[in-house]
Amino acid sequence: MTLAWFLIRRVLTGIVVLWAVASGTFFLFFARPVQTVAHQLAGRTATPAVIQNVINQLGLNQPIMTQYWHFLGRLLHGNLGYSFFTQESVNTMIKQDLPPTASLVVGGVILWLIAGLGVGILSATRARSLFDRGSTVLVLIGLSMPVFVVGELLIVAVFVPLNQHGLTWIQTQYAGPSQGLGAWSGHMLLPWISLAVVQAAIYTRLMRGQLLTTLGEDYIRTARAKGLSERRVIFTHGVRAALTPVVSQLGIDIGQLLGGVVVIEVVFGLQGLGQVAVAAIYQDDLPVIIGFVLVAAAFVVVANIVVDLVYTVLDPRVRIA
Amino acid sequence: MTGQAPAASGDVLIRVDNLVKHFPVRTAGFINRTVGQVQAVDGVSLAIPRGTTLGLVGETGSGKSTLARCIAGLIPATSGTVHFEGRDITNLPRQRMAPFRRNIQMIFQDPYGSLNPRRRVGAIIGDPFAVHKTVPADERKRKVQDLMERVGLNPEHYNRFPAEFSGGQRQRIGVARALALRPKLIICDEPVSALDVSIQAQVLNLLADLQREYGLTYLFIAHDLEVVRHVSTSVTVMYLGKIAEAGPKNPVYDTPRHPYTAALLSAALAADPEAAAARQRIILTGDIPSPIDPPSGCRFHPRCPKAQELCGRQEPPLEVKAGDAATHLAACHFPVTAGEKLATASRRARP
Amino acid sequence: MSITDLERQAQQAENAPVHAIEGRSQWSLTRQRLRRDKVAMASLAVIVIMVLLAIFAPAFAVLVHHPANAAYPITGENSAGQPVGPGTNGFWLGTDDTGRDLMVRVFYGARISLFVGIVTTAIATVAGVTIGMIAGYFGGIIDTILARVTDAVLAFPYVVLALALAVVFGPSLTIVIAVISFFSWAGIARIVRGQTLSLKEKEYIEAARSIGAGPLRIMFIDILPNLLAPVLVLATLYIPSAVVFESTLSFLGLGIQPPTASWGSMLSAAQPFYQTAWWFVVFPALALLITTLAFNLLGDGIRDAMDPTTERLVAARRRKGPRGSPSRSRNDDLDLIIAGDAK
Repeated sequence: MTLAWFLIRRVLTGIVVLWAVASGTFFLFFARPVQTVAHQLAGRTATPAVIQNVINQLGLNQPIMTQYWHFLGRLLHGNLGYSFFTQESVNTMIKQDLPPTASLVVGGVILWLIAGLGVGILSATRARSLFDRGSTVLVLIGLSMPVFVVGELLIVAVFVPLNQHGLTWIQTQYAGPSQGLGAWSGHMLLPWISLAVVQAAIYTRLMRGQLLTTLGEDYIRTARAKGLSERRVIFTHGVRAALTPVVSQLGIDIGQLLGGVVVIEVVFGLQGLGQVAVAAIYQDDLPVIIGFVLVAAAFVVVANIVVDLVYTVLDPRVRIA
Repeated sequence: MTGQAPAASGDVLIRVDNLVKHFPVRTAGFINRTVGQVQAVDGVSLAIPRGTTLGLVGETGSGKSTLARCIAGLIPATSGTVHFEGRDITNLPRQRMAPFRRNIQMIFQDPYGSLNPRRRVGAIIGDPFAVHKTVPADERKRKVQDLMERVGLNPEHYNRFPAEFSGGQRQRIGVARALALRPKLIICDEPVSALDVSIQAQVLNLLADLQREYGLTYLFIAHDLEVVRHVSTSVTVMYLGKIAEAGPKNPVYDTPRHPYTAALLSAALAADPEAAAARQRIILTGDIPSPIDPPSGCRFHPRCPKAQELCGRQEPPLEVKAGDAATHLAACHFPVTAGEKLATASRRARP
Repeated sequence: MSITDLERQAQQAENAPVHAIEGRSQWSLTRQRLRRDKVAMASLAVIVIMVLLAIFAPAFAVLVHHPANAAYPITGENSAGQPVGPGTNGFWLGTDDTGRDLMVRVFYGARISLFVGIVTTAIATVAGVTIGMIAGYFGGIIDTILARVTDAVLAFPYVVLALALAVVFGPSLTIVIAVISFFSWAGIARIVRGQTLSLKEKEYIEAARSIGAGPLRIMFIDILPNLLAPVLVLATLYIPSAVVFESTLSFLGLGIQPPTASWGSMLSAAQPFYQTAWWFVVFPALALLITTLAFNLLGDGIRDAMDPTTERLVAARRRKGPRGSPSRSRNDDLDLIIAGDAK
């Protein structure tokens, strides 16, 4: 099967997934008694008049399937609706709040892969050394820590003391790259570390195990026997083979990643998509929540396609199917 | 084709007619396309008279175990029929198979793999009672211990795990389990091939004793002609899913007609150096061909020392050869003749 | 040599007592190995202490005369209305934002965390084992459907669903348990399915079919006992995941609602106090960390005791030579699961 055919099929599947997520969210929220929905949409303190107004405005008294078609029609035009509270377009909100989230995801993923794979490779090649022992203990601690605890501990142990001593490079909140790369990285450093710590632990563990297995294989012994340098043996033969499960793990983690992103945004006050979504929940701001769910689902779909592509590049035995 | 099962004298307990079992070969992928068939069993007929033992012999891949599983109803047959005491039991659903299940039991090849390592021996042997509810729960233990005693196990080991027994003892556990429902037919799928030679004889003797005592009928599968010689009344030799030769024990062993039988016989006698030295060995070259794409004509012809052009073109019928009894059948265009240099016609029965 | 000769020889061999093979079951061996494992035993002790603290949390509250939800604006807050530090005015670990006893609340938090951890793991294990076993045993279309569902669940961002459910039904303990169970069964099902696939090829399963056992009997009597070991390890490792999961939901305000004490909501409430009251962050965080770490170490130890050939995380230094490849056995799956889920 060719690459193009593979992409077409994956994109089509992705669209089906998005449709299913959208429909699921829609029915979860709207297929309930009109009064309940309207009450929720109107907010906790709405008067009956406001509620009636909402019902009329959103056509909540129409048959559910009619509403559903309207909903899908709006989505097809790329319109995610309007926040009930600010009347702002959800599309605009998402566009606005994307930069902190994107900064966090990209930087965090890079950091965790570098740290996880690096420590994993060092551990595997120095198996049973002090470094290996130390890193395995750290890995277990990392595996046992919720993301937000890492974040809070970093704030208490790093951010607060540094700032008390007048070192203000490291900050919370978000500053865009437009304010200078230094400011941007200073603001993002702790969030990146928080996101990376837990994940890096997973990848360290995975990489170490895979590499130890691979390095025990016959073909590695052959490569050594051929007189290749240890570095070449490890990197061109060992790591390449060990990367395959790492990439498939990445596919699994992408969905979970969003959870971590939401939490970190809340901890560090980053004002990204996650924090907006959490805020929307407290306000029962449904259009925003649905928008967030759809963006999250789209992200997972796209990321998984990318992961599968990388997978086939790394491991020629895997046919695109 | 091989046609009807050979007319057997006496009371036929189990009868297999033209049994076929093909396994589809599928491509791995989104849509599983069937690209071929493994012709594991391809038109086999046989009949076993009550109280006798049929030895079924063939190399690995000859389809003998598949045939046994079809007869036992563990896998569905592709076509053909199996009759037990005259009743058709081919591909019965599990519930309707239950009464026959009681009468057809199996002993498996691997005494390690065929006993669940996490269950106690008493529970394993008592399983048939629990499944068929033939024995009330409070009597099960006594019944199981009776069985253990009968097969030569210490009844006090009731609560032990299989790992605590030796290979021979484990196979006795398997025998006890097969015996629990007092079946009429026991299918022994290479019951001793995984055991030490010294232990083999004990298990074979146990099986023979049980046959005498309970009037059991055996379908005895082996890849070793010698084992089968010791226990069977008649012998059927399979090659690549088809019967090569079938008949009562002595004629088949003394005057094998099919070159394949002759070859198996010549290879089987390493334990008897004098006889081995006295005869010429026929060495089969190559492996058994793939049953996905079996050779044309006679399936044995690529490995056969006597093969001629006809053999690759036309499949030989399973028929009585000149000078043989009506029960001795062979599927060969150019059957081995008595005294022919090819085989060991001069072999004598050993003491 | 005739068969009867062989037989006579063999008779002696066969009748020799089987003392060589000791009558110990797999489980007693495992227990024995586990008891020698210091890290695992220490973890077990920590877990037992945590459980006791959780059970006797009300007793501690009585002991220090500070009920869990009682606020002490006079003694529990300083003049600026800020929490007081450890050891002040009889508050051993200090107070929280509304002047409540932090120690008592941390102990009460253990009740919620351990309860959610154990209940959700139990639900997820039962569901995962049942579904995985059915998928593995029957195969075919059932398997395909379940594999797709499992993949979808594993890839689904759980926070997103939790958000949605919290909005629709309002946050509650029940929703927390439902969400966590829902996201945990799939991993267990996947492992169990793999194990079942290999188990069902065993000859003793065919033997069970040959005596007429039906699918249910085979699954529960013949396959399930062989699944217990890996499932036990998995369950031990899922408890800390569930604890983390619960605290995350509570932290986001989607889980346990105030004033009920839970570690997650305490850490959430501590956010404005990073600069002024370190204890408000550190003690709930430590409790959380110690608990999850203890479960992870114990699970690792149990796995090691059951199958000493697998590579373990801690104290792995006693087998094989330098550069040796640690043997990777069927428990590879388990490895990946710890890696994949404990976060």
